[in-house]
Amino acid sequence: MTETASPTSAIVVEEQETKPGFIGTSIPRKEDRRLVQGEGVFFDDVKRHGMGFVHFVRSPYAHAKIVSIDVAPALELKDVYGTLTGDEVAILTDPFFEMSVPPGSEIKDYALAVGKTRFVGEPVAAVVASTRELARDAAELVEVEYEPLEPLVDARHARDSDAPILHDDAGSNLVWEGVFDWGDWEQAAAEADRIVRIKELHFDRFSSTPLECSGCLVEFNRGTGQWTMYCNHQMPGIGAIWMAPALRVGTDKLRFVTQDIGGAFGNKICLHPYFVACCLLARKLNRPVQWTEWRTDQHTANAHGNERWFEDTEVAVKADGTLLGFKTKAIDDCGAFPRYEPLGCIIWAQVTPGCYRWQNVHVDFAQVATNKSPVSPNRGYSRMQHLWFTERMIDIVANELALDPVEVRKRNYVKADEFPWTTPNGCVYDSGDYARCLDIALELAGYDGIDERRRDAESRDKLLGVGIGSTLDSGTNNFGQSQLLNPDLQFSGNNEVATVKLDIFGEVVVTLGTVPQGQGHETTAAQVVADALGISPDDVTVRPGHDTYWNSHAGFSGTYASQFAVTGLGAVKGAVDQLAGEIRTIAAAVLGGVPAEQIELEGGFAKLRDNPEAAIPFMGIGAIVNANNAILPEEAREVTLNCRYVYVPPFEVPDKERKYGNLTLTYATQIHVCVVEVDPDTGAYEIVDYAAVDDCGNRIHPQIVEGQVHGATAQALGAATHETFTYDEQGNLLTPNFYDYHVPHALDMPPLKTGYIESPSPFTPLGAKGMGEGGGAGIHAVCAALQDALRPVGNPIVYDSCNPPHRVWELISNPAESRGRVAVESR
Amino acid sequence: MSVPVEQTTITVEVNGTTYEREVEARRLLVHFLRDDLDLTGTHVGCDTGNCGACSVIVDGTLLKSCMMLAVQADGASIETVEGLGADGELTPLQQAFGEHHALQCGYCTPGMLMSAKALLDENPEPTEAEIRRAIQGNICRCTGYVNIVEAIAAAAEAGR
Repeated sequence: MTETASPTSAIVVEEQETKPGFIGTSIPRKEDRRLVQGEGVFFDDVKRHGMGFVHFVRSPYAHAKIVSIDVAPALELKDVYGTLTGDEVAILTDPFFEMSVPPGSEIKDYALAVGKTRFVGEPVAAVVASTRELARDAAELVEVEYEPLEPLVDARHARDSDAPILHDDAGSNLVWEGVFDWGDWEQAAAEADRIVRIKELHFDRFSSTPLECSGCLVEFNRGTGQWTMYCNHQMPGIGAIWMAPALRVGTDKLRFVTQDIGGAFGNKICLHPYFVACCLLARKLNRPVQWTEWRTDQHTANAHGNERWFEDTEVAVKADGTLLGFKTKAIDDCGAFPRYEPLGCIIWAQVTPGCYRWQNVHVDFAQVATNKSPVSPNRGYSRMQHLWFTERMIDIVANELALDPVEVRKRNYVKADEFPWTTPNGCVYDSGDYARCLDIALELAGYDGIDERRRDAESRDKLLGVGIGSTLDSGTNNFGQSQLLNPDLQFSGNNEVATVKLDIFGEVVVTLGTVPQGQGHETTAAQVVADALGISPDDVTVRPGHDTYWNSHAGFSGTYASQFAVTGLGAVKGAVDQLAGEIRTIAAAVLGGVPAEQIELEGGFAKLRDNPEAAIPFMGIGAIVNANNAILPEEAREVTLNCRYVYVPPFEVPDKERKYGNLTLTYATQIHVCVVEVDPDTGAYEIVDYAAVDDCGNRIHPQIVEGQVHGATAQALGAATHETFTYDEQGNLLTPNFYDYHVPHALDMPPLKTGYIESPSPFTPLGAKGMGEGGGAGIHAVCAALQDALRPVGNPIVYDSCNPPHRVWELISNPAESRGRVAVESR
Repeated sequence: MSVPVEQTTITVEVNGTTYEREVEARRLLVHFLRDDLDLTGTHVGCDTGNCGACSVIVDGTLLKSCMMLAVQADGASIETVEGLGADGELTPLQQAFGEHHALQCGYCTPGMLMSAKALLDENPEPTEAEIRRAIQGNICRCTGYVNIVEAIAAAAEAGR
């Protein structure tokens, strides 16, 4: 294990350093040159002759019956090419596949609203015109008559007998429900010295809001019946599984093409309703159509993170702070349509105990629909909500039992020598050292001198607080977890593909199945290939983006769920190892039939180990196989120098009865420490110190890892301090764009100090772990720091994940309200 | 009563090249650059003037090209990201962005670079606070700004 406790800075490889051994170094990113020159190609940069621009007519009501739609006034405008309505969609397509069991499975979700609208911003019709502006004008002319219905906004009332029902086909607002019971909660409660009760906690609605909005340019080939989508879908494999049956075609009729994507963070997984509408329009109008989502539409109607309530929580604790178990009722609000849900109802279970050793867990989980934007995976998806809840429990317990939050954590963390650690629900934490990470983070944040800093803050009439966030980023999904939600689903395991080939002039070309959005896949793939072939990453071409035509993808291909370092690079490693073997085979044959093991690859040559003078350049190998193969002996003629490898992680189908099994392959650690200063008169606060320590096993490219830590931290701090999708009682979104929805700007960010350790994963090809999502440690660290700071002013309980100054002020001005949420029962 | 002009011809210089185009009176400068001139390096990230992805320099002044009509730019000289390092060599600022990993997805990068350029043109030795203030109008969702601030400081250092 290696470690550092110093803030790292960029490392740049010296130019002459072109020897093997690029893994673990921060080489210049291959993507950067085009991007700093404005020469990236994002979907909105692609143009086609005669293309039309799509604008969606969207519902102004959260819940309404559609009485009629009249598109005629729009069609009368010159250069309006055509329209699409929900009635047409209902005839031309089938509802999207739902993953839930009843009642969620009965929900009918189409590309456009059919019969009624269920959230503000839901598309009810689409207009195509020659310019963006004209399409927007024409959309204004579409006359939609609505009959407003009572909206359902608060998930806690979704199952009330008098609640308005969103989906009549389902007959209920419940999407999915289930009980997760591991260990023995009753026994834990009986053994406990204290039961800490927490009435209600709320994880707020927000999303990562990638700077590039969603969209696509769709062409329909009438001769072949195939659609090509130049787009920014981040999970084409699953996208095709949704879209193809709805469009009543095979998946091969859907070609997804991406190059550069302006951030996604999970928010570009559920684009299928929009893409299907565009496919129908491209076919109907016989012209390419282009849809670029407006920012306000992105916020209003595309992809929110899951909102979650935790009701009537009980925590069983020994007097010394040993945690025995917890029990809660979770209500997850998925908005108007489940789409990727109800997967969030199980994904949290990847990190059931958080970083802790407790064994007894009882969670009563329900997911409901409300008249709000549908949710979508969002960086830290579903685990973040649960980890926030877990960390809240830890700090509320520490607060109520007057225990030191550092000591409680260290007492209960899984210990470094206990890995691999099996959680109560059968997940296997691969490696780590949480206590060591915490020590480093505390040191970076200046914890030793914290008492003095508290006094200093007091002297300035400020309240200083320290908070810890301990989270895990579980990476590389076992899709078998979906069967714990719906035993009839035929998903399990995972896969990713790469091809590596040696071309006729000796070019090494890599194709990935993944769909990068800034994670530097071209760079890290080149590092792995360079090391395996003994060349420089500069000599490796990695095709940017994704193209279904490359045939370098599998069912789960995409970029999501913190897995590229394992699945993507695992596939690259598998493919390049094959290619290296093939190069050796050819060289051995050409160099006089020596054993292939005697061939070494170095500097672009295949050399005989004992006689380096006997060497063939890669160009020669490529030329022989591709253009001069008659000289090869029979046994070498099967070599193609075009190697495709599918990486399949070692998973099994979980036990459906017990809801037990390993749900993810790797667990990266994030331990954050936050120091805040609060103005008790206003609730305004400032983060004055912040430390983030990460452990993702072997780091392929430390600078990229560091960048992901920065970004995940910034998103967590935004979510903790300001970012909230707030709705009024009528279901109107009050924060529908960057004007009202405040994401961190440069002046909002505190100075970040970072550290890391490396605990290699024993389960992955490179000892690396996925780490891009982070676990939302920052959200909890801020909450904990605020609670610590407010102790002298009535000791209020921080119960919400988002705490803008006004909420802090409410905690200060009425501490009794939040104090009423907790109680301690001594046994 | 006079009829409003819906179309008009404008002449602008962009990165040293002069263009004459007929544009709709309501066309935003950013759409003129992207759609009419095919200079797609300038990006659109919002619809409220908050994100700064479309930042360009017009007659020496940094501005968001979604907050200006193309017709208002008639006669102006405009610098966009495509004009940086147009001779094939990256500018020190562009190099610093790469070296310091100041970009991930690269979508905010053109606007960031133009804001940073405008800063360094005016203030070659900015403090960290001045750098942060200069890019306050540019949203980045990937980097937390840490490396962007470092890169701009490094470019300033290199320019000394």
